[in-house]
Amino acid sequence: MLHAAYLMPLLPLAGFVVLAGFGRRLGDPWAGWVGTATVGGSFVVACVTYAGLLGRPSGPSREFTQTLFTWIPVGGLQVKAAVLVDPLSVTMVLFVTGISALIHLYSVGYMKGDQDYPKFFVYLNLFVASMLILVLADNLVLTFVGWEGVGLCSYWLISFWFGRDTAASAGQKAFLYNRLADVGFLLAIFLVFDETKSVDYLPVFAQASHIGSGARTAICLLLFVAAVGKSAQIPLFPWLADAMEGPTPVSALIHAATMVTAGVYLMCRISPLLALAPGARVVVASIGAATAFVAATIACAQQDIKKVLAYSTVSQLGYMFLAVGTGAYEAAIFLMVAHAFFKALLFLGAGSVIHGLHDEQNLKRMGNLRRYMKLTFVSFGVGWLAIAGIPPLSGFFAKGDILDNAFARYPALWVVGLVTAALTAYYMTRLFVLTFLGEDRWRQRPAGAVHDGEEAAPHESPWVMALPLVVLGGLALVGGLLDLPGHHPGFAPLGWLAPVFGSALYDAHQSGGTLWALGIVDAVVAVGGLGVAYSVWSRRTERPALEPMVLQKSYFIDDIYDAAIGRPSEDLAKMAAVFDTKVIDGAVNGVARLARGAGAGLRKIQTGFVRQYALGIVVGAVALLAYMLTRVS
Amino acid sequence: MSIPGEWYLALGAVLFSIGALGLLVRRNVLVMFMCIELMLNAANLTFVTFARMLNDIGGQALVFFVLVVAAAEVVVGLGIVVAIFRRRRGTTADDLHLLKG
Repeated sequence: MLHAAYLMPLLPLAGFVVLAGFGRRLGDPWAGWVGTATVGGSFVVACVTYAGLLGRPSGPSREFTQTLFTWIPVGGLQVKAAVLVDPLSVTMVLFVTGISALIHLYSVGYMKGDQDYPKFFVYLNLFVASMLILVLADNLVLTFVGWEGVGLCSYWLISFWFGRDTAASAGQKAFLYNRLADVGFLLAIFLVFDETKSVDYLPVFAQASHIGSGARTAICLLLFVAAVGKSAQIPLFPWLADAMEGPTPVSALIHAATMVTAGVYLMCRISPLLALAPGARVVVASIGAATAFVAATIACAQQDIKKVLAYSTVSQLGYMFLAVGTGAYEAAIFLMVAHAFFKALLFLGAGSVIHGLHDEQNLKRMGNLRRYMKLTFVSFGVGWLAIAGIPPLSGFFAKGDILDNAFARYPALWVVGLVTAALTAYYMTRLFVLTFLGEDRWRQRPAGAVHDGEEAAPHESPWVMALPLVVLGGLALVGGLLDLPGHHPGFAPLGWLAPVFGSALYDAHQSGGTLWALGIVDAVVAVGGLGVAYSVWSRRTERPALEPMVLQKSYFIDDIYDAAIGRPSEDLAKMAAVFDTKVIDGAVNGVARLARGAGAGLRKIQTGFVRQYALGIVVGAVALLAYMLTRVS
Repeated sequence: MSIPGEWYLALGAVLFSIGALGLLVRRNVLVMFMCIELMLNAANLTFVTFARMLNDIGGQALVFFVLVVAAAEVVVGLGIVVAIFRRRRGTTADDLHLLKG
């Protein structure tokens, strides 16, 4: 049963090959169904693998590698194409394939009528395959292959509608930010190989304590640099907001549920190293908490429904890194899974809204959609309450788990996390109120954007789009059961991760009273944020004081980067261009001009009169003779 | 009584100078050609003279090479002269300056 694990990445890869070859012929909607079926097949294999692992006793027996072939055999460096199956990778695979399948299904409806319909599924399938390679790889090099693969697909899918300038440049922006961070990954691989003569996870971890403490910290921080890029943390977060130029299913799958969590996964994967690098952990936790707070403040002032969700994603990823830095890997994975449920749900709901309103994304031009899109309203509402941290939905438990651990380890960061939790409830409520409650502001859209009264009325989406909403809504509702606080021995599915992290896992064993108190604080904060936002935004939609320009422009981060890096690089390029045209081209042209001038002068000697040449020869011979005679005498 | 070698050398020098001068001053291609022959044979005479004076067979051997080259040159040169005269009658060497730079 367990020996089919390698099928998980291979099925979507096969789907990619089929769609790349015959996608155009399959067309709309069969290309979409092929993509959905292959990813669904992966999900089935993942479930079978999960069941197989559960059948084994907890501990090392749940961890095995499966080698397909040796990919790079070079002397001491043996890189295998192998999958590592353990509770961590299987947990990742389960939710990645499950959510991917749902979003493929949603895309069948969402992308309907797009002229590049088959191409969308080509990219989406390749993305899922890359993501599964990333998650299942048993060595750093193969993980890097998946890491680059998802980055590439992310680039393609962000600029999927490349006819729009903004989409094309957003894709480039994402790609460049990621490339910058990937340098850290490469350097980390080199350093790991230099220190341990291996790149496979298990042998490297076995030698973890023999690596020098400086090198250990360097490896962890370099991999964290890569994670900062992929998971959009400070200072490399601006690309994620621009990435919303892609189709909404892409935002849901890649830029909320799966790819951006790869950084967190990587940090969890190297937990045995991270456990021995306390300095790196502090950095991770601090950057995570700072990002969570900063991104949440930005989300409070955005006008675009998808931008709010994008900054919310950045903020939630910050929480996950806070958990990783605390050593609470299980809590990080818990929030990752719960976040995948409710954020995918929110994005798909937003997509449904955008679809229903004929490509309207501005919150200020929505309103009162509860009357027109009942199902979207209800499912989006579940996602909203879940992310806001209202008990007993999944977000409350997942976030609470992280905050409990932060409280025990870094009280200062716990305060930041708590404030962020209030902000989260606030901005999500603002989003929800502006979209679904209030008046029908979409009627006031400028003429021209509306074709006629019939068509302009928002409409509910077809069943292929509604079904994923319902399923994800259900998961967001009950996702908290995955890991209830206090680890009830009876039911805590994520508890099976504990052996993977082993001694690296930090779990604040607080008394029941403390847990209850912290839980109540979380709930109060969430309800408080929610209440404030409701009272502020349900009556008026324009409150400039609450949407300062500095937040709308995300702290002018793009302008700062432009002034600090963009403009100087441009000046440098211009100087190089001047050097090129003046000095290098000048030298080349100068040599050519010299040769031409010399030629023009010398051609005058060739008159064409034979006797003149003869005279030259005679004169030369006489001169030579005279010279020799004078020398002799 | 034998004529001293210097005389032969002087004769060679005179013949060579006449040839060189003729090459420079005449415009008729055929006459210029004959002047070249004159110079070649003046050189031959000098070779033979030195061979006798220095008692070295090398000079005489070299004459044969010169004769062979001269014969080949005559063949090519006369061919060119005939070709020129076929195309344009009464041409002088100075009219043929198509290859001027």
